[in-house]
Amino acid sequence: MFYRETGEFRTSYPNDSQTFPIKFDRRLYYIMLFAAFGVIPFLINDYWANAVFVPFLIWAMAALGLNLLTGYCGQISLGTGGFMAVGAYACYKLMTAFPEMSIILCIMFAGVITALVGILFGLPSLRIKGFYLAVATLAAQFFLVWLFNKVPWFYNYSSSGQISAPERTVLGVAVTGSFTEAWAKYLFCLTMVFVFAWVARNLTRGAIGRSWMAIRDMDIAAEIIGVNPMKAKLSAFALSSFYIGMAGAMFFANYLGAIEATEAFGINQSFLVLFMIIIGGLGSIAGSFIGAAFLVLMPVLLKNILVGQMGWNTAIATHLEFIIIGGLIVLVLIVEPHGMAQLWRVAKEKLRLWPFPHAS
Amino acid sequence: MLEQLLFGIEVALNGLMTGVLYALVALGFVLIFKASGVFNYAQGVMALFAALTLVGFQNGQIPFAHLINAVLGTNVHHFGWHLPALLSVVMALASMVLLAVIVERLMLKYLINQEPVILFMATIGLAYFLEGFGDMMWGSEVKKLDIGLPVGPSDSIESFTYDLFGYGFFIDRLDIVAAIVAALLVVTLTVFSQYSKIGRALRAVADDHQAALSVGISLRFIWVVVWSIAGFVALVAGIMWGAKSGVQFSLSLIALKALPVLMLGGFTSIPGAIVGGLIIGVGEKLFDFLLGPIIGGATENWFAYVLALLFLVFRPQGLFGERIIERV
Repeated sequence: MFYRETGEFRTSYPNDSQTFPIKFDRRLYYIMLFAAFGVIPFLINDYWANAVFVPFLIWAMAALGLNLLTGYCGQISLGTGGFMAVGAYACYKLMTAFPEMSIILCIMFAGVITALVGILFGLPSLRIKGFYLAVATLAAQFFLVWLFNKVPWFYNYSSSGQISAPERTVLGVAVTGSFTEAWAKYLFCLTMVFVFAWVARNLTRGAIGRSWMAIRDMDIAAEIIGVNPMKAKLSAFALSSFYIGMAGAMFFANYLGAIEATEAFGINQSFLVLFMIIIGGLGSIAGSFIGAAFLVLMPVLLKNILVGQMGWNTAIATHLEFIIIGGLIVLVLIVEPHGMAQLWRVAKEKLRLWPFPHAS
Repeated sequence: MLEQLLFGIEVALNGLMTGVLYALVALGFVLIFKASGVFNYAQGVMALFAALTLVGFQNGQIPFAHLINAVLGTNVHHFGWHLPALLSVVMALASMVLLAVIVERLMLKYLINQEPVILFMATIGLAYFLEGFGDMMWGSEVKKLDIGLPVGPSDSIESFTYDLFGYGFFIDRLDIVAAIVAALLVVTLTVFSQYSKIGRALRAVADDHQAALSVGISLRFIWVVVWSIAGFVALVAGIMWGAKSGVQFSLSLIALKALPVLMLGGFTSIPGAIVGGLIIGVGEKLFDFLLGPIIGGATENWFAYVLALLFLVFRPQGLFGERIIERV
């Protein structure tokens, strides 16, 4: 009854081409933004920030990045963990080399550096595709993580081989370091993710996004109709790595504070992000968020129920988590290869006609 | 200098042996890829699962003991028997066949006609599932696999080469067994696919799904057969790796090592898998031996991938792969 476009007249082009053309969607979006910016920061505490919200936002950023590459441009990458490591270490080097530089700039420059590395590892995509490419990106994953472990320059010759984030402030409020308050951390990550999700959404609506989708759907055909595959593929790699690099930088600076490359950015993280976009929805911005929320929340929930309520040991909960994730991936691919975002789209279609399924 | 050279040769020989083990895993990939076009990422986890099952049967572990204990509050671990090695191998093989049937029934059946990439991702999901399932069933601690294979350095080779060169080569007997087994496996598989009825059906399916269907070959049956064979190869690989370094999670990571092997050899070629495995095995050992001390060691982690990456840029279909032809 409530999800209707009846009576909504679009009388100008900007009106027609807005991101959420239907009023209900738009309202939902504003309500969610209000809740995220205006309500949660006042209620949040350390547990919720560290266990749920901050990891969710950071993984959402990484998933956004991978979705640009895999979902929109159709190039599978298993190097996400490696690129996140580049972002984290670049951010660390920038933070320690230029102490006056704003943390926001540090994170963005870390993204730019990751983008350059991404272009380098994206070069093979011009020759190979599909899972050949997926395997080739594994080279990025293993080589980069190895590099950060073996070259002491990257971790400033610290004896433990770890890097830890010094304290940095935004507008006088600490957002990194050990004295950061939960709300500041949350709000910082939220702002970054919000801004760049907005950018991503508009990128995918524009010429560059359409050239990616043309390449994804059929690269030879796209080339024939005048899409430059080199430009499209490399720009997808660059932008995707930019997002992933920023996610890595935030993962290091805002979330964990101190990391060691092998543990924090292993191959499992690459798969985790890939699963997020598969479950959430390939080629959907909202899907990146849904997938990230799902895979961040589910382990927390399982752990609370199995370990907290039923008193099982953590090992079994972890195994069960693997089983459930694996099972879900297969299930999602069988039932709905386009992920949960597609379910939401279908639900909206149904709602529009409800309760008259045969109308229109 | 001569000492160094001989040591280098020894390193290369050991690399060759490791390469055989990579090739064993890669073989499973190639089999499934040829027959169904599915790039089975779960092959490595299947090796782990097979080895876990084998050890579990042999030691008489109770499946899901941890889960049962957690739910019912009991404290059960073992049935209290030890099965002979051969029997447990047969039982493990039976479980792999069962797994093949289940995978076909619950997964592949619904994914016919999907893009290869979707199938690839589905097998990643399967890999995760199996990993959790195997650990849940048999426990995640490192297990010792012992079915009576010879292990340890071979004295006769050491003394023989000592007499010959004045330098004893150190070669693990297990590696020699693995090489022999791999050779046998390749010969058996080749003979099977060339001369048996099912083997011919397999090749027909690999050639053209629709044409195979139209002459009355059951695709679903063939897939079960292929996955069973891949399960068998996984079991062999699992036994070899398990005997070498214990049955543990890292076993599933050799699947990742098998990927560059495949890319070198080409996805559709059985000899390619073997040659690729040998190249990677020797290459990574020699590279680490020659350049490792200069650039910091542990290069084995990435050497194979970077080699494959560079290689693919120049020859996308691999050494022995079929030429890639694309049409709009």
